[in-house]
Amino acid sequence: MSRKRPAGLFPRRPLAGPSQKSMPITQTEVEKIADLANLALTAEEKQSLSVQLAAIVEYIDQLNELDTSGVRPWQQRSAGEAATSAVTRADQVEPSLGQEAALAQSPDQDEGHFLVPRVIG
Amino acid sequence: MATNTTIEELHARYAAGETTPSEVCRRAIERMEQENPALNAYITIDREGALAQAAAMDAEIRAQLDAKPLAGVPVAVKDNMCTAGLRTTCGSKILGNYAPQYTATAVRALKEAGAILIGKTNLDEFAMGGSTENSAFGPARNPHNPEYVPGGSSGGSAVAVAAGHVPVSLGSDTGGSIRQPASFCGIVGLKPTYGRVSRFGLVAFASSLDQIGPFANNVRDAARVLQAIAGRDRHDSTSADVAVPNYLNALTGDVRGLRVGVPPECFGEGLDPQVKDRVEAGIRKLQERGAEIVEVHLPHTKYAIAVYYLIATAEASSNLARFDGVRYGLRADDPRSLSDLYRRTRDEGFGPEVKRRIMLGTFALSSGYYDAYYEKAQRVRTMLVNDFAEAFRKCDVIATPTAPTPAFKLGEKSDDPLAMYLCDIYTVTINLAGVPAVSVPCGASAAGLPIGLQLIGNHFDEARLLNAAFAVEL
Repeated sequence: MSRKRPAGLFPRRPLAGPSQKSMPITQTEVEKIADLANLALTAEEKQSLSVQLAAIVEYIDQLNELDTSGVRPWQQRSAGEAATSAVTRADQVEPSLGQEAALAQSPDQDEGHFLVPRVIG
Repeated sequence: MATNTTIEELHARYAAGETTPSEVCRRAIERMEQENPALNAYITIDREGALAQAAAMDAEIRAQLDAKPLAGVPVAVKDNMCTAGLRTTCGSKILGNYAPQYTATAVRALKEAGAILIGKTNLDEFAMGGSTENSAFGPARNPHNPEYVPGGSSGGSAVAVAAGHVPVSLGSDTGGSIRQPASFCGIVGLKPTYGRVSRFGLVAFASSLDQIGPFANNVRDAARVLQAIAGRDRHDSTSADVAVPNYLNALTGDVRGLRVGVPPECFGEGLDPQVKDRVEAGIRKLQERGAEIVEVHLPHTKYAIAVYYLIATAEASSNLARFDGVRYGLRADDPRSLSDLYRRTRDEGFGPEVKRRIMLGTFALSSGYYDAYYEKAQRVRTMLVNDFAEAFRKCDVIATPTAPTPAFKLGEKSDDPLAMYLCDIYTVTINLAGVPAVSVPCGASAAGLPIGLQLIGNHFDEARLLNAAFAVEL
């Protein structure tokens, strides 16, 4: 078993949980993120997410090994990489979904509108 | 499972007048209904719609064979592609009984080429996962051994082909979701170049990475499906205005002089020795047919998982904001306020993996962390793109394993999200770079589980890529 193999792509350290030095994702932090994401989480979900997210973020922190100063953030290119074309078109009315079809899947509707709980008192 | 019928075999039977689309579809539906309790590959089987479409083709089928490359071919489509009037769930409770008002361009293209849509296939919820265990409709199972996962997220579409229900199907691939299940199920799976196939009507997970592609029993059938679905679509501004070559004509099997790049870092620690052995045998096959093997390097590959899980989740957190219980899908009962309606609907409607990814993506984009995580990831993505550009100066295609192991058992990784994410090491970089890649069978493990070889091409070079895969298959 002394055969030499090139360095692998997998981390050597155990991945089971966050280490001591990892940046903790506290329950308060989890609540703040859940609020931004419009998720109402149960106490149990908050607990498990704070442990799981901490482990994932610790893994992600290996990106800090890389010096990225002078590297531009990736952007969709207009040629080669994706060859996307110009996104404008002539300003002409074209057939569209129509009100009836657009409303057809709504859980609650009234007189051609989506119905939601009152927002302004 | 080499006995599965290919499109060419089916067409030969139509040409000889031995069968009709109605008979073929009826038999396919019977088998699907019979085996679905065990395999759970389908969320919806459209018996009525498929048989009506088939009946309308019966009289004309022989005359249609030349004009329509998929004439009378029964197909299944991943349930994250919109089909007008036919339930599209994304494997999620939040879409429940959503029946789209329009059909995805790729699905429409299949139908225009003569295909008959029979089933909507099971998937990890919103295509988030690598095992099809994260489905609100229960896990799908591998037809080679039902104790094992079929891979994911397009697991149901892979099973549909591997079990011989349909000759071809469509999946979507954001980080390996076509190639990995193709590898686990022993079939061909292609992720085309970003922009090669329209994403219109594909429910978005990560818009800069998502791409639709085919599953098939062989490379020729995959090429035939790609031919039908490739091309510019005015409804998707990221679909590319690049000429579509004749993919079938490119399949000569002649690979003399083809430069096949092999990155040693993809064959190191963590790779199952049986996978290594079979993949290397596949590469030797190319060499024996006259291809030249060259060493290339993708030095930033080990960072790809971290980059992927920041970018994909950031895009997902934004894309999935639309599921709010107002315009379609599930709505929580008796909301006290609009905010309460949003939150409880999303909490009841999304499963644990989707919530986890929305949370991670929201974190990466949130004030104070954006620079350190999201923007950092986009910078490293540029480095990964440059790795491929550099490698493709030295070679025409790159060969790696598709997945580090054969299929794993149900439940084996479902408690450890990070361990599950690490299985995507060979596939996610391809989506980040936007290049095409195909998984082609190259053998099986001692336990009889299939193993796939991944071939990666340069942007829009699917013709050469598929020919290389064809040479492995010969």
